[in-house]
Amino acid sequence: MLYGDTGKYIGLVAGIVFATLLMSQQVSIFIGLLSRTASQILDVQEATLWVMDPRVQYMEEFEPMRDVELQRVRSVPGVEWATPYYKGFAVVNTFVSQSQQVFLMGIDDVSLLPYPHEMIEGKWEDLKQPESMILDKAGWHFLFPGEPVVLPRTIEINEKRVVIVGVCDVSAPFTTFPIVFARYTEVLKLAPQKRNSLSFVLVREQKGVPITELQARIRNETGLQVLTTDEFKWRTINHILTRTGIPINFGITVVLGFIVGAAITGQTFYLFILDKLRQFATMKAIGVTNGQILRMVFAQAASVGFVGYSLGVGLTALFFQSTNDVPALRGFYFHWEVMAGVGVAVTLIVALTVLFSIRRVLVVDPGVVFRG
Amino acid sequence: MSAVVCEGISMAFPSGAGMQAVLHDVNVAVEAGQLTLLVGPSGCGKTTLISIMTSILTPTKGHVRVWGTDVTHLKGAAQVLFRRREIGFIFQQYSLLPTLTAAENAALPLIAEGMTYDKAVRVGAAVLEQVGVGQLAARLPSQLSGGQQQRVAIARALVHKPRLIVCDEPTAALDEESGRKVMDILRSAAAEKSRAVLVVTHDNRIFSYADRLIRMNDGRISSIETKE
Repeated sequence: MLYGDTGKYIGLVAGIVFATLLMSQQVSIFIGLLSRTASQILDVQEATLWVMDPRVQYMEEFEPMRDVELQRVRSVPGVEWATPYYKGFAVVNTFVSQSQQVFLMGIDDVSLLPYPHEMIEGKWEDLKQPESMILDKAGWHFLFPGEPVVLPRTIEINEKRVVIVGVCDVSAPFTTFPIVFARYTEVLKLAPQKRNSLSFVLVREQKGVPITELQARIRNETGLQVLTTDEFKWRTINHILTRTGIPINFGITVVLGFIVGAAITGQTFYLFILDKLRQFATMKAIGVTNGQILRMVFAQAASVGFVGYSLGVGLTALFFQSTNDVPALRGFYFHWEVMAGVGVAVTLIVALTVLFSIRRVLVVDPGVVFRG
Repeated sequence: MSAVVCEGISMAFPSGAGMQAVLHDVNVAVEAGQLTLLVGPSGCGKTTLISIMTSILTPTKGHVRVWGTDVTHLKGAAQVLFRRREIGFIFQQYSLLPTLTAAENAALPLIAEGMTYDKAVRVGAAVLEQVGVGQLAARLPSQLSGGQQQRVAIARALVHKPRLIVCDEPTAALDEESGRKVMDILRSAAAEKSRAVLVVTHDNRIFSYADRLIRMNDGRISSIETKE
């Protein structure tokens, strides 16, 4: 019946496509944003504990500590190794484009931990050369738009000369600033001079020492805040969830997608049912049961839901596929969990649509077919 | 044997503050093996009476027996099953489902009864052949003339071999030639002793087909004429 009414069929499918696309795209972007807030924590694979000033709330806000804190942490029994980790901002002058702000990451001079694991050009060991740095791939595209990677390349950071000796691939951070890796002592030369400069101390426990025990020990002996990678990740994500309007804004968009999709679908399906009441009455008159009609209506609604959902999911996948290489949209993926969740939401829309419309069919008097 | 027996049927519908009586103590029978015409002016209660005979409406008073079974107060599944198995309907405006082919429309009662789609459509196409529109089995109703659509509707009414066929103004929208073809088919359907055909009509061109002519006026049976 529904396939014969092209206008309403297209209207129904369009409603479901719209709801599916909006919900799945926005939820995926939201999850991608949350993942990006914690990406710089998760990229540090070697350390199990993060030591920081007790006032630090999340990754993007840091209170520098005295350099001596590194030695204090190293002296705690059970520490296998502890390395300094600097995070800050700097201004890059590439001589070809406008000056840009970048993340400046300072890693241990000796071990080069936590070095970037996925090198695209150059070797991470080249950081041992003086005035050297490694830039992330997206940063290269931002700093040198349209240019192929050619190394070494000289630039200025905070008006001091440095040489790019490698390009790496790292997870996208919350903001899309380029990321510069350099040795800790090099970074201190580049960064503005301050009394304290140590952002974090990264720690690995000795074999056999329970992490929670070492965590408590460092906390007791140094008075600093000590978090596991997982705790720090969730603290950062929770900060974004509770202290910014991001979840509310995305939530509103997703809810609107559901409501508008349900409204378009519900109204169009209801009009379709009203249009076909006489046909339903005919069926009832010739002995088709309410149960059979109910199954038929559900089958038609489910078919519309399936087609609309499939198209919506396809368009969402197409969006993420086509934006895969856009540096500003790195780290956004269409997860199967989102697909499944949106599938449940679309099922709910279809069920609500049928429930809203079916009463008219069930109560229609088969006698209307005898009336002119 | 009487296919349908109505005893003391009265019917009233709510109207404003009170009830408006439409049928008054109607006693009438539809005989097996006959083509019965129920005629009368608009608003005399013909449609209400056939709705009661087919268990679509429940009368305010009285009883209806169809082939000896009291169907007056059938409800729910029993009512639907009675209509599906015992009655074939032919409506004034054909009431074919526009998105189904002629064969699928004809097969509808069989599909509702649980027959497989393929088998039901095969049987539906065979009945279309019997009523002279077999070559149109694959067409949609919109591709058929009024007379052809009505013959598809007749096929739908005959396909499950019901013992009572009820037609509401089957020739009202047809030209004389098409109307005659439709009535010829109904006439031959009524010839079987195990079946009765009841036609509600205004169309005096077809009165000559009747074995029995029941006239109604103002909710009452005014006369019954039987062909000698």
